[in-house]
Amino acid sequence: MKKKYSIFALIKNSLSYHENWQRAWRDPEPKKEYDVVIVGGGGHGLATAYYLAKEHNLKNIAVVEKGWIGGGNTGRNTTIIRSNYLWDASAGLYDHALKIWENLSQELNYNVMFSQRGVMNLAHNQHDVRELKRRTHANRLNGIDCEWLNVEQVKKFCPIINCSPDIRYPVMGSTLQRRAGTARHDAVAWGYARGADSMGVDIIQNCEVKGIKRSGDSIEGIETTKGFIKTQKVGVVAAGHSSVIANMAGLRLPLESKPLQALVSEPIKPIINTVVMSNAVHAYVSQSDKGELVIGAGTDSYISYTQKGTHEIIEGTLKAILELYPIFSRLRMLRQWGGVVDICPDASPIISKTSVKGLYFNCGWGTGGFKATPGSGHLFAHTIAKDNPHTLNAAFNINRFVSGDLVDEHGAAAVAH
Amino acid sequence: MFIIKCPYCGERDHSEFSYGGEAHLIRPKQPTELSDDQWAEYLFMRKNIKGLQYERWNHSHGCRRWFNAARDTSNDKIHSVYKIGEKSSK
Ligand SMILES: Cc1cc2nc3c(=O)[nH]c(=O)nc-3n(C[C@H](O)[C@H](O)[C@H](O)COP(=O)(O)OP(=O)(O)OC[C@H]3O[C@@H](n4cnc5c(N)ncnc54)[C@H](O)[C@@H]3O)c2cc1C
Ligand SMILES: [Zn+2]
Repeated sequence: MKKKYSIFALIKNSLSYHENWQRAWRDPEPKKEYDVVIVGGGGHGLATAYYLAKEHNLKNIAVVEKGWIGGGNTGRNTTIIRSNYLWDASAGLYDHALKIWENLSQELNYNVMFSQRGVMNLAHNQHDVRELKRRTHANRLNGIDCEWLNVEQVKKFCPIINCSPDIRYPVMGSTLQRRAGTARHDAVAWGYARGADSMGVDIIQNCEVKGIKRSGDSIEGIETTKGFIKTQKVGVVAAGHSSVIANMAGLRLPLESKPLQALVSEPIKPIINTVVMSNAVHAYVSQSDKGELVIGAGTDSYISYTQKGTHEIIEGTLKAILELYPIFSRLRMLRQWGGVVDICPDASPIISKTSVKGLYFNCGWGTGGFKATPGSGHLFAHTIAKDNPHTLNAAFNINRFVSGDLVDEHGAAAVAH
Repeated sequence: MFIIKCPYCGERDHSEFSYGGEAHLIRPKQPTELSDDQWAEYLFMRKNIKGLQYERWNHSHGCRRWFNAARDTSNDKIHSVYKIGEKSSK
């Protein structure tokens, strides 16, 4: 049993100089056989294992991770959480996740620092204004909170935005989703890991999957750097490396893996109390609790698994940031890094069965899957346990690329993160 | 960040080029006879290789010509460039 984190535990442990805290999760060697193996110990994979154990009464589960948990895109993203997507299917999916976020710290007994500080999406031209107003209406019809702000209201809500009409791409209004915000990325992975571990899930780090053993159309197990693991069900949640694992099973996916970067500034006093995104000039910014500005950019155009992007992307983003926030002109940037994001042609994820029995994929989250972590894990667990999708992820099956039923968020809303 | 050697212009910074995706995907000769599955394969499914990939580039801010490259996507090292219609030496 896990001991509860509380103010009393904090006081008690301070008496022994915080040296006797219980381990948050074990470090087991893999067993010979599991009922389900999840490949990838990011937030989505750990959440999947957590809900498999909690809601589907499966106990013999492993998560295998080639590095350390949360070391992939989960620990590299800019933590924007929102659900104001255009299409019904996406709205249902992302708002399902947002509702779980609202109680996640309590449920996991782990502070994921979910902060509903609001997310603004700026409009910079007539087309943006129409698209974003349309999105506002669509969101409301789906029961998702969304407001349209005119320029004066933008200035009032976030005073540091340069609303002057003579900048290159003037601000013409904005949407605002007040329930949206940010969370602490590592904490999400760690909270789910601790929760899953306490229900008996084996979290096996430094264990890379090297092969998938099939017999005909079903799964027999996986080859890993820690030996062969027998299992009949494999759920792959490997983000940028999904295609690599699909290739091991002889499948192809409609994905391209590209570098996506972010950067943070030196810490400063609180200056921006919300998240501001702008798709037209492709820059977004928020401020972490440590005081750093967290700034994000677009992907590079080419496939790469290097986990680093090019300087031009950073330069373009910072130019846009400086035009929108001249007040940041003398800030120094502290760190910059990259992740490998798996992008689908319609910019929507895949949470699906495959043509191989017992092999499931949860991928294609691309540049924007952190926000979906709890919902994605919840629905993927359902899909694996029941061998059938939940109504909320039925539209996100892999067959949509054959049937043509794409969930085209790319074209519709120029969705970034 | 890397340098690409255009077969027509020589070595230039990669920012002069636009990426054109996986190379050697051949448009079906008889589109009307394709099943939905075959269309999906052609349109959407990609190798998305980690390792040596054959891909197309356009020297968009230079001679504006298309060509192919063999690049290792795990370290962005380019092993060869070759003209459209030619085969890679690597
Ligand atoms: C710079 C950046 C900014 C972003 N900003 C946002 C944002 O603001 N909001 C948002 O919603 N999303 C954002 N995203 C996207 C988001 O980070 C991802 O969609 C999400 O974190 C994916 O979670 P995951 O658990 O699926 O992947 P990951 O956390 O990447 O987990 C996959 C795991 O699989 C492991 N793995 C891979 N291959 C193998 C193998 N062969 N064997 C074993 N394990 C393997 C990897 O090591 C990795 O830990 C951003 C991404 C980046 C890179
Ligand atoms: Zn050229």
